[in-house]
Amino acid sequence: MTVAKLQSRTRRSELFWVNGLIALTLIVMLFPFAWMILTAFRTQTQNTSSVPVWFFVPTLENFVTVIVGQNFFRYTLNSLIVAAAATGLGLLLGLPAAYAIARYKLRGLAVWVLVSRIIPYVTFLLPWFLIFTQLKLTGTYWALILTHLIITLPMIVWVMIAFFEDIPVELEEAGLIDGLTRFAAFYRIAVPLVAPGVATATILSFIYSWNQFLFSLILAGPDTKTVPVAVFNFISYGSVDFGGIAAAAVLITLPVVILSLFVQRHILRGLTGGGVKG
Amino acid sequence: MTPALNPKAQSRGAITLSSFVDRHLRWLMPAPAIIVLALLTLAPLLFNLFLSTQDRSVSSALPIRDVGLGNYVEILRDERFWNAMWQMLKFTLIAVPVQLGLGLGIALLLNRQLGVMQGVIRALVLLPMIATPVAVALIWSLMFNPQLGVLNYFLETLGLGRSLWTADAALVIPALALVDIWQWTPLVTIILLAGLQSMPEEPFEAARIDGASPWQLFTQITLPLLQPALFAALTLRLIDALKTYDIIEVITQGGPGIASETLNVLAFRTGFEFLRIGYASSLLTVLLIVVTAVALGVNLLRRRV
Repeated sequence: MTVAKLQSRTRRSELFWVNGLIALTLIVMLFPFAWMILTAFRTQTQNTSSVPVWFFVPTLENFVTVIVGQNFFRYTLNSLIVAAAATGLGLLLGLPAAYAIARYKLRGLAVWVLVSRIIPYVTFLLPWFLIFTQLKLTGTYWALILTHLIITLPMIVWVMIAFFEDIPVELEEAGLIDGLTRFAAFYRIAVPLVAPGVATATILSFIYSWNQFLFSLILAGPDTKTVPVAVFNFISYGSVDFGGIAAAAVLITLPVVILSLFVQRHILRGLTGGGVKG
Repeated sequence: MTPALNPKAQSRGAITLSSFVDRHLRWLMPAPAIIVLALLTLAPLLFNLFLSTQDRSVSSALPIRDVGLGNYVEILRDERFWNAMWQMLKFTLIAVPVQLGLGLGIALLLNRQLGVMQGVIRALVLLPMIATPVAVALIWSLMFNPQLGVLNYFLETLGLGRSLWTADAALVIPALALVDIWQWTPLVTIILLAGLQSMPEEPFEAARIDGASPWQLFTQITLPLLQPALFAALTLRLIDALKTYDIIEVITQGGPGIASETLNVLAFRTGFEFLRIGYASSLLTVLLIVVTAVALGVNLLRRRV
């Protein structure tokens, strides 16, 4: 009792400081995002003023420049195609793998899947570039989809192992008694039960494919460029169009931020390759 | 469950395809994923090792020469390589300790604040690490702009002088590390917060009854219990900081000069800009050795402590 009372008194006196420091942290953390949005809605004159303009009538001019002038939709479509295909293939390969690892306790395999986490991606990129050039695949969607699999597949496997481990094995056993084959028990009983997990894995895989920059930088052609590469090219021609750059940054980030709201609890697992449970 | 109890499979006879599949499911199910991953990672890795023994250009017009370990001998004498190693280490040694320190501080704060706000804060904290790295780099490059960037405006408002930020060869690595710190401290925070929240209450109560001070509680109980989470965060951040590519490429492209050219950036440029595939491969092998050694080293340290 005394301990509890003492604690509550201490809490009240320190709560002011704790909350103040948290607020400060959040301000520092969120400022770049706020600045990005403000810059995107200001005119070039406002953006190049020597004192920041905090209050202004928002303009859509920068978004028009990026969307119309930079063919943004075309690159968005490329990103969507690559992310969707890499995620679809990742699920097709990753779901059975994750199921087997969870059910048959193949821990060694699970660790092996993580190897890709340590190796610098540029190490893969040189050989891929030579091979894809030989196969005349450079610049095609396939080159991007296959390389993005290296991000999506391990992530899907890692996220799904936990979900498969959480469903009771009895349900599948009941299916086997009813005459299902083991494989049928997997896709008719286990997979529907982990539907929320599949949704989570899909979103995470999609986000990381969307964010990928390096592979597309080298392997994409002018017609298959993904959004991050298109935006990078847009700035590397010495552009000082602050508003345009910020508008492009808003447009790339927005889908990711919206999607991330649905998978909050699992992002940690995706980012750490399952090393830590969030 | 055994296949023998499966009436349907039995009625079709023992050697049907589906019963074969069922008996070997343990390997058949993960096999496609494993094969694809091996083709995508192990095969290029071995090919990369092979390439590192060649003097080879991207252009097929130039002859390919076998040089054995020649590339590695050249690396040791290459001043640009040593610069890249140094920039990489500097970046990592600035970014990672600050991330761990700040991350621990913020996690302890959030752990104190158990109110309704915690859910909202946890969602917001994810933003820097989930945002597209290219977008993050673009925003910071606008803020770093020496003439019109908002960071210099803040410095002046605070009565400090303007800074060249990433345009200054002496400041570029700390400035890039600042971006990395902003981006990844949240990850450390969440890992450590998860560690703090899964701690048992009993040791703390026992120590409090014994009259331990808050500082003693922190150093004698919290830190030791948090050790696995701390090591997990340290390992992840070390590996990724050594490999950092996106933000450096977008903000500085290794510049000014070669002041922010880390090993990863140098290897990329050697391969895809100077078109020396063999030499780039050997640089990448060295990078891989460094990253693996650091990962193993931290792991050893974890077992010792």
